[in-house]
Amino acid sequence: MSAVPVDTATVGPPTTPQGPRETAAAAARRRLSRPWASLAAVVLAVLWTIPTLGLLVTSFRPAADINKTGWWTVLTDPRFTLENYETVLSSESSQSLAPSIVNSVVITVPAVVLPMFLATLAAYAFAWMDFRGRNVLFIAVFALQVVPIQVTLIPLLSLYVDINVSGTFWAVWLSHTMFGLPLAVFLLHNFMQEIPRELIEAARVDGAGHVTIFFRLMLPMLKPAIAALGIYQFLWVWNDLLVALTFAGSSRDLAPMTVSLLNLTGTRGSQWFLLSAGAFVSIIIPAIVFLSLQRYFVRGLLAGSVKG
Amino acid sequence: MEVADKLVTMAVALVAFAAVIGAVLLVVHLLERRGARHVAWWFVGPTLLLIAVGLVYPALRTIWRSLYDAAGTSFVGLGNYTDIFTSGDQLVVLRNTVLWVLVTPFVATAVGLVYAILVDGARGEAAAKALIFLPMAISFVGASIIWKFMYEYRFFDPDVENNPNQIGFINQVIVWLGGSPQNFLLDSPWNNFFLIAVMIWIQAGFAMTILSAAIKAIPAEIVEAARLDGVSPLEMFRYVTVPSIRPTLIVVLTTIAIGCLKVFDIVRTMTAGQFGTSVVANEFYTQSFSANNKGLGAALAVLLFVLVVPIIVYNVRQLRKADHR
Repeated sequence: MSAVPVDTATVGPPTTPQGPRETAAAAARRRLSRPWASLAAVVLAVLWTIPTLGLLVTSFRPAADINKTGWWTVLTDPRFTLENYETVLSSESSQSLAPSIVNSVVITVPAVVLPMFLATLAAYAFAWMDFRGRNVLFIAVFALQVVPIQVTLIPLLSLYVDINVSGTFWAVWLSHTMFGLPLAVFLLHNFMQEIPRELIEAARVDGAGHVTIFFRLMLPMLKPAIAALGIYQFLWVWNDLLVALTFAGSSRDLAPMTVSLLNLTGTRGSQWFLLSAGAFVSIIIPAIVFLSLQRYFVRGLLAGSVKG
Repeated sequence: MEVADKLVTMAVALVAFAAVIGAVLLVVHLLERRGARHVAWWFVGPTLLLIAVGLVYPALRTIWRSLYDAAGTSFVGLGNYTDIFTSGDQLVVLRNTVLWVLVTPFVATAVGLVYAILVDGARGEAAAKALIFLPMAISFVGASIIWKFMYEYRFFDPDVENNPNQIGFINQVIVWLGGSPQNFLLDSPWNNFFLIAVMIWIQAGFAMTILSAAIKAIPAEIVEAARLDGVSPLEMFRYVTVPSIRPTLIVVLTTIAIGCLKVFDIVRTMTAGQFGTSVVANEFYTQSFSANNKGLGAALAVLLFVLVVPIIVYNVRQLRKADHR
């Protein structure tokens, strides 16, 4: 215990008559006799957790059991197996989802890197360079966020056929890049404007060009913002169904996890042993990325809200 | 394709991208050294080009295409739009979309708000919030699979002794309570509500997170003053909490409404729009790719565009207001 630095003021007897300030909600809740409030909260939390828990438990049950008894029977008859995950992940089995896991990775990495880099370049120009029509163009880019991607799919598909990239990863990468740009440019532009003008001007006086400023000054300073946005784009691309369905289709060579899982739900006689394990493989990867990069996520959000 | 081939394809793409951008920036750098002034276009050019080719041009072409028939050969004016508002099937699609947009935002926001208040300042607040927030990290396809399993139905005959076990949790609860299991995804229009439940399950966490932050930002003085006046908890909620977080509430409601207008993944995974559950975004896909009626598909996409714009404009205005406070 002694190794842990302890704030004596909080451990010792209360020296001030006033406790921590109470928020409106806390006050409302305190008045709503505590036990009922707690009970309601617990009920909601359980309701929200049961669906995920059910499928998670199912993914570890033998395939034969899944279709015979409910997952809650593990309480009385616990039988677990890793077979479902082996089937889903092995490269040999014909029911394997391994190819689509690889496809998801191959689709996602460039579909995050390309728009993020291009958007950072454009945001820099909109924030710190002078050129004709800058404001009009920026407002246009901002406004284009409202375009639902459905409006663009069919013409883009025929465009890809014309330039011979239909049915390749390029069609998917390009689409995600195009669709991700407006929001990324807009948000990165807001972050860039927070950087003090004196910094940029001092660099300009020292004779640094825009390319130098961009790489030496902007990229390092914007790392948290870029990482935060990158996580958004990653989650969006990894979880996307519509773009993948349209441009990658159901082929084993291109289809990502979302499409493969969708196709599995379509087959009659629901293959729950594949679906449950497959769903959790697709869920666990963004969860890991999110958790491991959460630091950046929080810092990036703070950087945006606290003026420097 | 083998795994290695795919990874190589990806690496080549990344290297090619880096090489092109690197070369361009090197040229710009050298130009700047020689005193060139107008280098901005090199920075914004690629983005503007991609947005023009990927969003502006396709959108215009889709609008134009929506004025033509299924095959795209004869001009039909607003015929496809008249179809959407007169044909029986399409009216069901419109009705469902209205259901989604009216029900989901309010229920999800209400649940999120109540939960935020219930756990505010309680012990284990962070963990309690994480449980509700968890569904947000799951893809819509994953969430739909989770719920499809909840709704799973096994044939049940109330007159027989040996019915098969229900493996869907909801139907098992019904059996425990002495009722007959239902095939939830089959009976229109009620099946729509079971699809909407999935969206509510996902969006409540979003509403809770944003609203919780707003609630914590209410000045303590206001709360204290109200309490000295002896207001009841419900009055506190009605006259202090809700008015203080009103701008945030509106932003949350409209954001979820936009998500509901564009909802596709859930409907596609749960029912593929069968059994009277299609919505505009799903019907666009069905008409464009399965029914091969690209004219009607284009009109549905444009309709989606038209419906989304006012909500987004309203949302952005409210967001500005919320920021200025």
